[in-house]
Amino acid sequence: MRILLICMTVLLVACGPQEPVARNTGVYMLLDTSGTYREELKKAEQIIYFTLSRLGPMDSFAVARIDTGSFSEKDIIAKTTFEDRPSAANGQKRHFAERIAKFSKTARSSQYTDITGGLLQAIEFLNEKNPGHKTIFIFSDLKEDLREGYIRDIPLRLDGFDVIAINVTKLRSDNIDPRKYLDRLDQWESVITNGGGTWRVINDLDHLDSLLPG
Amino acid sequence: MSMTSLLAITPYPAISVILLLVLFIAVLYLARPTAHEAIRAIATALHSGLRLGARSVMHAEARLGRRNREVLLAAGRESMERTIEREFERINTTVDRDLSNYPTLHRSLSEAIQRIEQDHQDAVEVPPDPPAWIKAVEAVAKIGANNGFGVGDVLADIHKSLVKAHHEAMEKYHASSRERHRLLKNMISYWRDIQQTIGHVDKHVKSLLDRSIVIDRHMQEYEDIVRGSDRAVAILSSSSLVYFFISAFVLAIAVGGAAINFSLIARPMAEMVGGTDFIGSFRIADIAALVIILVEVSMGLFLMESLRITRLFPVIGALPDKMRVRMIWITFSILLMLASIEAGLAYMREILLQDELATTALLRGDGAQILPGKELWITTAAQMGMGFVLPFALVFVAIPLETFVQSFRTVFGVVIMGLLRSLALAMRIAGNAFKHMGTLAERLYDLPLCLPLWLETRLALRRYTRNESQEYQGGML
Repeated sequence: MRILLICMTVLLVACGPQEPVARNTGVYMLLDTSGTYREELKKAEQIIYFTLSRLGPMDSFAVARIDTGSFSEKDIIAKTTFEDRPSAANGQKRHFAERIAKFSKTARSSQYTDITGGLLQAIEFLNEKNPGHKTIFIFSDLKEDLREGYIRDIPLRLDGFDVIAINVTKLRSDNIDPRKYLDRLDQWESVITNGGGTWRVINDLDHLDSLLPG
Repeated sequence: MSMTSLLAITPYPAISVILLLVLFIAVLYLARPTAHEAIRAIATALHSGLRLGARSVMHAEARLGRRNREVLLAAGRESMERTIEREFERINTTVDRDLSNYPTLHRSLSEAIQRIEQDHQDAVEVPPDPPAWIKAVEAVAKIGANNGFGVGDVLADIHKSLVKAHHEAMEKYHASSRERHRLLKNMISYWRDIQQTIGHVDKHVKSLLDRSIVIDRHMQEYEDIVRGSDRAVAILSSSSLVYFFISAFVLAIAVGGAAINFSLIARPMAEMVGGTDFIGSFRIADIAALVIILVEVSMGLFLMESLRITRLFPVIGALPDKMRVRMIWITFSILLMLASIEAGLAYMREILLQDELATTALLRGDGAQILPGKELWITTAAQMGMGFVLPFALVFVAIPLETFVQSFRTVFGVVIMGLLRSLALAMRIAGNAFKHMGTLAERLYDLPLCLPLWLETRLALRRYTRNESQEYQGGML
């Protein structure tokens, strides 16, 4: 009897009210639409579809474009938090894919590239959703080109964020002097790691399995 | 004190070493009796302690053996009682079914015999009456044909009448023979009826005799068990091991079935209770699916108990028959309901799977919509069928479970006995090892003292020789 009581107590303690652990994932993807990079949108579409196939119920996903001033909700192309029921989540995925396909056909290239503004917007969105894993994809050549008067010298708070730069293409000037490309990557890595986040670069789009956790 | 300082007790290290060695040997020699006693005391204490421990463990093993024997005999007795009870039930059923209509059987036999007797009597051949006119014919025959009385005409008339009468008599005789043959022919069917009836009776009686032989054998085994004979224990122990492994194998199969059942309902369960909530590190949807399967297994156990196929819960077995039948229906209804739910969930699973495949195909970008194939209904029907059948199949888990639980006690006891025996053996070996190690330690202690011991022996020998010679000389004087 005593053993039974002890077992029940242990079970109650183990299964009792605990701090709920968030196990869902939040993904915010920034799409560079500036200049010639707009031509890479087809690849971005594939990555978005891949990400959609990997996300499940209660995960959040948003896709936003990087343009002249990216710190704005207006730049969000599509966003959703998937329903708890798998069938409803599938419907949402299909709807999301339709919106992305529509955007890919009608997107116009922007003059400037405000990556930092987009990152700030991503941080705000994901902090608001507060998922278990926060991931930001930057689909860009990482060449920031700010319009005059835009202040982006702001430290980023990226604790608990995984930032992944995807398809970082080399510019013509990078081919002449590869140090520029490497410096650009180093600079962004320091910005992200100084903000408390983790930094990765994935250029091989055939191996996207490691894009999302678990 | 370091080695350097020890070597520095004299200006010459070699002399210091010799000095220290001599000192060391002297100390060892002086402490020798005490050291030997201490070594012997430790070795003896360890030896005795371990032997005592081994004896205690062997006592525990013997107690466990007795308990195991009792458990085994009790289980065997119960099982044999159940077997004998069932054999008697079978006999009862046979007697009820076959011998209850014995009066009818008897009546039909009597009637058949009566009919045969009647027919037999009717079929008796009645000899034709001797014709009364034979004497008249003889008298007339004695009259000569030429005596003038017209005897010839009379004889011709008589002959004619005689032939006619003969024909009539023969016809009557043939008719009666036909009737007799007809009656005798009828008797064949009665004989067959009687033969068949007696054949049936013989079969039933033979089956009863066979059963009685089986019961006799069981009773013999039961008596062996009640007496607690070694043969009975050996048979039961061997059977118990066999039952344990067989039931474990069947239970493993059942676990496989439960796992398939789980995979059938876990996915659609996420539609009902949500797919993202967790208790601990387990999804609520998975827990819900597992609970359904466990409830099915529990209902199966109760159903088997109510049917008195298993006896895991004596309370259920002891319920009044009316209550037990009610319980059978209730558990069966719940099982049927759960099986229907599972079939529905299995159908839902297929729909969800198709939906997911369609979404994945769309996201893969191959543009191909997954259209339901013509043969898709086969997998859907198979899943639904499995969802419906598996809960009922799991009902039968109760039988191997009962056997497993019962045989596990014996097997567990045997394993523990083996462990205890091994422990006792190890303790005994260790005890003896300590004893010998004590002797060895004494010898090793004496090893550096070889020189003083040799001297001691020489001195003792000389003293002994001198004493002997003195005693001898004293004796001579």
